[in-house]
Amino acid sequence: MPRFLRLALAALAILGLPFAAGTAAAAEREVTIGLQAAITSMDPHYHNLSPNNSMMLHVFEPLIKRDANQKLVPGLAVSWKALDDLTWEFKLRKNVKWHDGTPFTADDVVFTLSRVPNVPKSPSSFATFTKPIVSTKVVDPHTIIFKTAAPHVLLPSDLASVMIVSRLHGEKATTEDYNSGKAAIGTGPYKLVEYVPNQRVVLKANYGYWGGEEPWDKVTFKILTNAAARVAALLSGDVQMIETVPTADIAKLSADKKYSLVDKVSNRVIYVHLNQRTDTPPPFVTGKDGKPLAHNPFKDARVRKALSIAINRQAISDRIMEKRSVPAGQLLPDFFFGTSKKLKPPKYDPEGAKKLLAEAGYPNGFSLTIHGTNNRYINDDKIAQAIAQFYTRIGIDTKVETMPASVYFSRATKGEFGYMLLGWGTESGEQGSSLRSLLATYDPSKGMGVTNRARYSNPQLDALINEAMATIDDKKREGLIQKAAEIAMGDTALIPIHYEVSTWATAKGLRYTPRTDQYTLAMGLKPAK
Amino acid sequence: MLAYAIRRLGQSLFVLLLMSALVFIGVYAIGDPVELLVNPMADEAERLRAAAALGLDRPLLEQYWSFLQGAASGDLGKSFVFNVPALSLILSKLPATMELAFVAMVIAIAIGIPLGLVAGLKPDSFIGRTIMAGSILGFSLPTFWVGLVLVMIFSVHLGWLPSNGRGATVLVAGIPVSFLTADGLAHLAMPAFNLALFKLSLLVRLTRAGAREAVLQDYVKFARAKGLTQSRVIGVHVLKNILIPIVTVIGLELGSVIAFAIVTESIFAWPGTGKLLIDSINQLDRPVIVAYLLVIVTLFIVINFVVDVLYSLLDPRVRLGGASAAH
Repeated sequence: MPRFLRLALAALAILGLPFAAGTAAAAEREVTIGLQAAITSMDPHYHNLSPNNSMMLHVFEPLIKRDANQKLVPGLAVSWKALDDLTWEFKLRKNVKWHDGTPFTADDVVFTLSRVPNVPKSPSSFATFTKPIVSTKVVDPHTIIFKTAAPHVLLPSDLASVMIVSRLHGEKATTEDYNSGKAAIGTGPYKLVEYVPNQRVVLKANYGYWGGEEPWDKVTFKILTNAAARVAALLSGDVQMIETVPTADIAKLSADKKYSLVDKVSNRVIYVHLNQRTDTPPPFVTGKDGKPLAHNPFKDARVRKALSIAINRQAISDRIMEKRSVPAGQLLPDFFFGTSKKLKPPKYDPEGAKKLLAEAGYPNGFSLTIHGTNNRYINDDKIAQAIAQFYTRIGIDTKVETMPASVYFSRATKGEFGYMLLGWGTESGEQGSSLRSLLATYDPSKGMGVTNRARYSNPQLDALINEAMATIDDKKREGLIQKAAEIAMGDTALIPIHYEVSTWATAKGLRYTPRTDQYTLAMGLKPAK
Repeated sequence: MLAYAIRRLGQSLFVLLLMSALVFIGVYAIGDPVELLVNPMADEAERLRAAAALGLDRPLLEQYWSFLQGAASGDLGKSFVFNVPALSLILSKLPATMELAFVAMVIAIAIGIPLGLVAGLKPDSFIGRTIMAGSILGFSLPTFWVGLVLVMIFSVHLGWLPSNGRGATVLVAGIPVSFLTADGLAHLAMPAFNLALFKLSLLVRLTRAGAREAVLQDYVKFARAKGLTQSRVIGVHVLKNILIPIVTVIGLELGSVIAFAIVTESIFAWPGTGKLLIDSINQLDRPVIVAYLLVIVTLFIVINFVVDVLYSLLDPRVRLGGASAAH
């Protein structure tokens, strides 16, 4: 399908139809927004999924919010601090009312924490975020204390992912009651009017919102999964904003004065995991003659480094991504917490790569297959093709095999591939949690290395991550995470390629504040002054 | 007739059983839904919990057995993704798809058969040649491309029709339909035409071929010799005799239009089952995939049955009980 779409878009470009005016918004205080993925539920605790989490923020609010750069800012809590390593005190916002007019109190927070782990049939639970809290104490209606069993530095960040629901409406509510709107009573700037799975979500303004009035009376989100349909809807004026503008249409839209385009580097890094599960060569990695190699070449840091510096990241960004990507040298762009300014994208150096391969005992290279998705990340299959060409230049015979995400991820997790092209979005906005998930030694029962499909293992790195994760002091922790990142990248524990840049297009007269978490929020959309 | 219906029912149940088994094995072979549903940061406990919550921790055979038990009582399971009964999810989207398919079929029949007759009766005239050339275009232009061009012309350039979605609906016998409102028709026009185009061309060619053959038959010459009017010769003697293959194709194509409206639905963001199916396959939402395919197989079975009945009405020589009588 994506290939067809590209052809279709090319065909449209050839037709070169002038775009007629169609920008008039339906009514002045109404706006319609085109989203790329379905909202699977309006139950804020049912499915931990980006599009859902983004939608929930209109109706519900967490204790702590994230701003456009994913920095933590006060939400339903006005302040929070660690009293000691195991105790956190949260001061709650006063005079906040639920959509039905009842007041918000600490009891609603207590109820929320008890509901989160108990949502029946949840395919991806928010319990991950609330589990570290072993007990809660309500000091007064606007002060609450959380106790954790072990020091848990990510508590504020975790709680930024948990929407607070009302005890009054949530006590007996099922996921179905939230979908129908009966229980979807939040404190957020919008009230839920209608939710139709896979089709649309309609919201209306909550005029009594504590944070002040929003510019829109009514907001409609339409699910337009097909990229060409999304662009067409914007061009015809059926929607006033779309997210994820297809790369092929960016140039045309940004040249057209009737639309404005905004973009921002995201928290998603595209990276490569090199299968190091065994000392024997991983699947799809052989000698050039097809005979098995004696050892797993990916266990040699020199080979890993060669594979990294052989990639011309700038060329990928310029030619394939239309400059909508930023070459990466670690797991997050360097304005995020825990990133190191010392880690620059590795320089393109094919000669150096050849030398390193020779030193490692592969003067004539070897042969590998790049496995990747073809419908998950922006231009994922093209990136795989480009990397293959760079490797051919340093003497590595490279094949490419891409497949749909539904097939790919299960197989990658089972270790069926050698060279895996993947992506990772850091929801917490803190590099420590990414290092822990992607590169700590695989130990899922402790939550370490849960997505370490390469099974990379480095005791020194593990020790630093563990220490960082037990250091409540932000300054000290940041130093530890930076050091851990420098060690991991110095060892080429994985190969970062680039950070995706997310794009939004709006009709003229509107302005969207772009976000690193790729969320599309009506709160960020304002009439331009 | 009754024995025939019962035998068909038995065959149908077997087909449904086979279908569900194939989907179960197929989805199992593709991958693990938990892998796609669970947040990548989740630890082992959360993965196990999710698998247990969705019933995916049990052996495949056991899962299939409990599916069969549920299916016997009309429960096809709940969607992994949406946590609503899969069957009701599909049935809530089915009216939109059915409406689109039927309107597309009506357009194809209402335009295709008359044009085909004209082309068949006057194959060498200018108009006959134009129709045939047009049908080649209808055949060979890919649906998604035609759809996008329609949007560019009628929504973006002219601004006459909305680019996506379904219009206002009214309830008819409890089913929401949109073709009775002006807004609904405006939304329906492009996707229906887009979907109809291929079938229309098919019917033009089929009708033309049939008509060209029929006009040379002795009974048509005889009817003409008797001095019957042109309209009676064409309407009764030609058309009725070439209708059997046409009805067969219409029946088959109606099924495929319903089942494969996916491309049109995704270009026009038509809230139908095709879009739901694609999303469900991408998410490995097995209950929805199974339920969808069972519904579609059932539709095909019903359509084929209706076609068989229509044969017997169109051609008195066809008898439905015939096969069993031969035993």
